[in-house]
Amino acid sequence: MKRWLAVYAVAFYAFLHLPLLTLAAFSFNSSRFTVWDHFSLTWYRAMFHDPQILAGTWNSVVIAIWATTIATVAGTLCAYGLWKRESRFITGGLYLSLITPEIVTGISLLALFQWIFRWLHWHLGLYTVVLAHVAFSVPYVVIVVSARLRTIGPTLEEAAMDLGANEWQAFLRVTLPALLPGIIAAALLALTVSFDDFVITSMVAGVDSETLPMVIYAMARRGASPVINAISALITVGFGVLIILSERVREA
Amino acid sequence: MRLRSWFLFPTWVWMTVLFLAPLAIVLAYSLLTRGTYGGVGQPWTLENYSRLLDPLYLAILLRSFVMAAAATALCLLLGFPAALFIARAERHRNLYLQLVMLPFWTSFLVRTYAWMFLLRDTGLINTMLLKIGIIHGPLPLLYNDGAVLLGLVYGYLPFTVLPIYATLERMDPALAEAAADLGARPWTTVLRVIAPLSKPGIIAGAVLVFIPCLGAYLTPDLLGGGRTVLVGNLVQNQFTTARDWPFGSVVSIALMALVTVLLWAFLRTRKEPLV
Amino acid sequence: MEQILELRSLVKDYPGQRALAGISLAVPRGSFFSLVGPSGCGKTTTLRLIAGFEQPTSGDVLLNGEAVNHRKPYERNVSTVFQSYALFPHLTAQQNIEFGLRQRRAADIEKRVKSVLALVGLAGKENRRPAQLSGGERQRVALARSLVLQPDVLLLDEPLAALDPKLRKQMRHELKATQRRVGITFLLVTHDQEEAMSMSDQVAVMNEGRIEQVGSPEDVYLRPRNPFVAGFLGAVNWIGGVGVRPEATRVAPRDGAGRERQSFGLVTGSVFLGNCVEVFVRLESGEDVVAQAPRGSSVLQPGQAVQVCWDAAEEMKFS
Repeated sequence: MKRWLAVYAVAFYAFLHLPLLTLAAFSFNSSRFTVWDHFSLTWYRAMFHDPQILAGTWNSVVIAIWATTIATVAGTLCAYGLWKRESRFITGGLYLSLITPEIVTGISLLALFQWIFRWLHWHLGLYTVVLAHVAFSVPYVVIVVSARLRTIGPTLEEAAMDLGANEWQAFLRVTLPALLPGIIAAALLALTVSFDDFVITSMVAGVDSETLPMVIYAMARRGASPVINAISALITVGFGVLIILSERVREA
Repeated sequence: MRLRSWFLFPTWVWMTVLFLAPLAIVLAYSLLTRGTYGGVGQPWTLENYSRLLDPLYLAILLRSFVMAAAATALCLLLGFPAALFIARAERHRNLYLQLVMLPFWTSFLVRTYAWMFLLRDTGLINTMLLKIGIIHGPLPLLYNDGAVLLGLVYGYLPFTVLPIYATLERMDPALAEAAADLGARPWTTVLRVIAPLSKPGIIAGAVLVFIPCLGAYLTPDLLGGGRTVLVGNLVQNQFTTARDWPFGSVVSIALMALVTVLLWAFLRTRKEPLV
Repeated sequence: MEQILELRSLVKDYPGQRALAGISLAVPRGSFFSLVGPSGCGKTTTLRLIAGFEQPTSGDVLLNGEAVNHRKPYERNVSTVFQSYALFPHLTAQQNIEFGLRQRRAADIEKRVKSVLALVGLAGKENRRPAQLSGGERQRVALARSLVLQPDVLLLDEPLAALDPKLRKQMRHELKATQRRVGITFLLVTHDQEEAMSMSDQVAVMNEGRIEQVGSPEDVYLRPRNPFVAGFLGAVNWIGGVGVRPEATRVAPRDGAGRERQSFGLVTGSVFLGNCVEVFVRLESGEDVVAQAPRGSSVLQPGQAVQVCWDAAEEMKFS
């Protein structure tokens, strides 16, 4: 039976990885058709010269950095607060937020913003996307940091207080440094989740705040272009690196 | 400790402003009427909810349910042997697990597009089959229910592997040995001993796949090409093209209610917290 | 002050249970004192009340004559060696040990750390992180970290539980020797009665939130105040309402001689333990007893008629 399992495993991993690998492979195809011609970097060059793609990437990066920073701070404080004192209400809210379908999150935030705009006469823009990203990233941060807190355990802080530190000093000098790998892992997670988001972003983005996923979506809808292959390959490599980094940090 | 209350302050702000308030507004909208130029206005009414009972929309709900169930079943069937393989591997278990999760952590949009690249009329599969001569015209692999199902399974397959693996890993290896000692062949052992004992992991995996599939939007949109309308697409449609925010809100509330009930039922069976 | 630590009628309630039902204790300055008892007897709760991680429901904790009930852990001159050691993973051994001193902005930090490192035998390893140290080494860091602060009382929560048996025996000697060297009052909490008795000047036996007896190891072992203490600190033979320890119970083939304290029975089995032989006897009264015979004595067969006898001085009688 072991042999059958091994055969199945090979097929399984092929199923999981081949689509992405072929996508990446054909990004180097000189022809725009799915017949291999010869190796070429034309599509990468086209990608770097497309103003829409560049603008979208820039927006995605800016949004991701803002959203990650805010969400990581809020999420870390939340995880620590919950660790000290349970709050069924907040825990329930976090769970609920995690399972809310993206489209519902998107339209509900859109409804919120439009309602506010009635009074303030503002418009959708980058900042609404940042707020939306913070909205759905916080639960992920809380989960990662909480897991790290559980590994650390309460005795470290007790030991610090036993040795003369008060609650605040114990948090700053002992808990926070011990927590750092978890916080970094959570931040990297929030970064990837934010960069990749399409559904929610498309609902709350303003006219000038197109993100990279929105550009990709529009291109995919329009028809096949190997430029998408090139973008996809780069995104995959980028995300892969971030995730591997995150795992390394988490194990440290 | 007053210090502790301050720690939760940002989260309270987040929850009220960015989570509860939007949902409250959607709830309010579901009870209002569609304005002449889109948007919402008076009067307050329950009429939108009764529209849900229209067979057209019930069919959409049913189709979403069936699609999610099918995707879940396939993910469990495909994921279980993979989890078993990893649990039985003597070395490199972590590597195998990471290889499963790696595709998941790359862009969901990219992974969905990968299937468009493979399945479309001018896509890789058709081109290869045409070249070999098996077919003479491109097969319509994309823009149908099957493609959506494939996309959902591909997207959420890792979600079954991990929980099942976790359960298998904790299982006492002596159980399989005892079954063999009593005369059971390998396949019998798996079916009659290991699979039933993996129930917690199977249930967790099922929930982790079913809930997102129920609310799926991007996969049916890109891979279904607008022909496969699931609940997620319906909601998006009502809020953009159809400009019927009250009805869109109703569908959203219905979807939220469904998903919440599933979550509540699932949490009651678990002992360890996620957060 | 003769008693450095005093507990007066300490009560601790949790929702649904009473963990401590009125503990009173006086710990002499400079002694090695142990709290011993089965799991759930309240010894760890007592320790946490002394350290300040919990507050008593009623009663007082007095350090050096002062009531410290409501003082925070960082306001008490008491230091704890945790069962899991609780070493700060992001700091080296040296930085761990310095932690309390830096907190107090003490003088001569380097000198003091150096001397305590030498005391616990860790010189040369101070720049390693906890993850790079063995279990025994981590325990020494935890000990050093608390010792260097020269607390009024050093609390140890099952400090040897995580070590393997051989290391445990060695550490018992070292802990005892260290305590004698530095002269700080040690308060050890453990469920292992052998550990408690081998290291302590005084032992307090606890059960179900109460103190059953306090005394020197000989006192509590030879003159237990009640059947629980007798049974917890060692094995007991109950013969006709009187308790006798197996090592004080002699067994020999029945010889018809009259003795004041003897009982008759049949051998049911024997076990060679290496340093002695344990003989199991079922008495005519129906009671089962265990006698210890020296290694070389003649083998007693199952079914053989024997008498067990003991000295009056070894009897433990309880009303």
